[in-house]
Amino acid sequence: MSDTPVVELKAVSKQFRGGTVALQGIDLTVEPREFVSLIGPSGCGKSTLLRVIGDLIPPTEGSASVNGKTAGRARRDRDYGIVFQQAVLYDWRTVGKNIELPLEMLNWDRKRRKARVAEMLDLVELGGFEGHHPWQLSGGMQQRVAIARALSFEPALLLMDEPFGALDEMTRERLNSELLRIWAETGSTVVFVTHSIPEAVFLSTRVVVMSARPGRIAEVIDIDLPQPRTSAMREDARFFELVTRVREALIRGGVEV
Amino acid sequence: MKRILRDWLPVLVVFAAGMLLWQFALAPWLGQFLLPTPAQIVKSLHAHWSVLWHAGWFTLQEALGGFAIGCGLGVVAALALARWRRLSSALMPYFIAANAVPIIAFAPIMNDWFGLLNPHAKMAIAAVLCFFPVLVNTTRGLTSVQPEAIELMRSYAASELEIFRRVRMPTALPFIFTGLKVATVLSMIGAIVGEYFGGSIQALGVQIENSVTQFDLPLAWAAIVVASSMGIAFYALIGVVERFTMGWHPSAHGIRE
Repeated sequence: MSDTPVVELKAVSKQFRGGTVALQGIDLTVEPREFVSLIGPSGCGKSTLLRVIGDLIPPTEGSASVNGKTAGRARRDRDYGIVFQQAVLYDWRTVGKNIELPLEMLNWDRKRRKARVAEMLDLVELGGFEGHHPWQLSGGMQQRVAIARALSFEPALLLMDEPFGALDEMTRERLNSELLRIWAETGSTVVFVTHSIPEAVFLSTRVVVMSARPGRIAEVIDIDLPQPRTSAMREDARFFELVTRVREALIRGGVEV
Repeated sequence: MKRILRDWLPVLVVFAAGMLLWQFALAPWLGQFLLPTPAQIVKSLHAHWSVLWHAGWFTLQEALGGFAIGCGLGVVAALALARWRRLSSALMPYFIAANAVPIIAFAPIMNDWFGLLNPHAKMAIAAVLCFFPVLVNTTRGLTSVQPEAIELMRSYAASELEIFRRVRMPTALPFIFTGLKVATVLSMIGAIVGEYFGGSIQALGVQIENSVTQFDLPLAWAAIVVASSMGIAFYALIGVVERFTMGWHPSAHGIRE
């Protein structure tokens, strides 16, 4: 199990109806426990790529596998949790009930569900907010609920599509640290879409730099900052070096930064 | 208690002022053949209470029947249109055209089809009026679901039916209630308009017509008061049901969207 890559993309291409080529010839392997960020300009297909992994969009060519199965099989087995830029919480459910939703669909019994919801609320430090409605929470808190919901059924893989993109800088940095703590605690593998260079460098074990349309992998940069990461590392010389490397890779990929 | 008073006091003051103005300035100036005073109307209402109450109930039943048929068909049609988009583009122009037919032009035909004294004729007219707003609102509700909300459900391997039950329907509910509330008032209008073109002597619309031809204007106004009270009560009833079913909605907690 631990030897099987969590994500394996082979020659994945995606052409949308109307002719737009969103992705071209993507090969990518993500090993267990990795934190891989996809970074690139708007419209480079990074969100599309994430959806190909999640079997929410079928690739035109190539193959995607998750945990050694086809992406479709993996989705039906609920092998991944997903978090979007918007929290996508259902207003008609309380915070607790939102986290509980995937567990209901997995037919967990009530007692087990309640216990897990309490655990997840602790994990994202939202104890006491179980009975609140989503619209009573700040944007950052909503996004933490979304993360708790995605992790509630312990998927091996967490797919995140610019989850902190709509948040202010301070909240974003705090949630970055929190996400890393959760990642370490849960032992999951993360594929993370962002267009913030510092965010990608701070979070990732590897940064995949994509070029503009058609979306291709321009460069893959290993992030060798020590684990666990601390906020202080954001002021490290090595951190700035890596930020510069990613920026230059983006420029080589045809982005004006 | 204090809040209720603060909310309702202005309303009551305006009502009292309006009534006084009507009683002592407007009605004397226009003369009682054009506009009876509120006191005369109340007196007439009191004198003919039994007849008016029964007429009101008779007409309300027609309105309720039409409401049920029209709204039921509206919701069902909306479900079909939201599910099959091509059907929607094929049928929508006809729905819009049908909605543009003035209901007055339609009423005598329904009376002819079903028979002048048959309540079904009035129900049909009310149903036609109710259909369109419910159709439009429900369709909008069903199709206004965030794409990510659907993707999230698909990531849980949810079936179409589950997505409908857990996401589409709750999202559409506020829209549906908006349509239903509009339809309550329209169903009353439809029933009474139908009665103007002939109907049972027990019907409120016929009562209004007859009392006008007999120059008993206070009675006509009393009947109008009954008709509007029934309409308001019906509207309020749906409002209560809405509050009850959508306690989760921000508006139910005094928050404007």
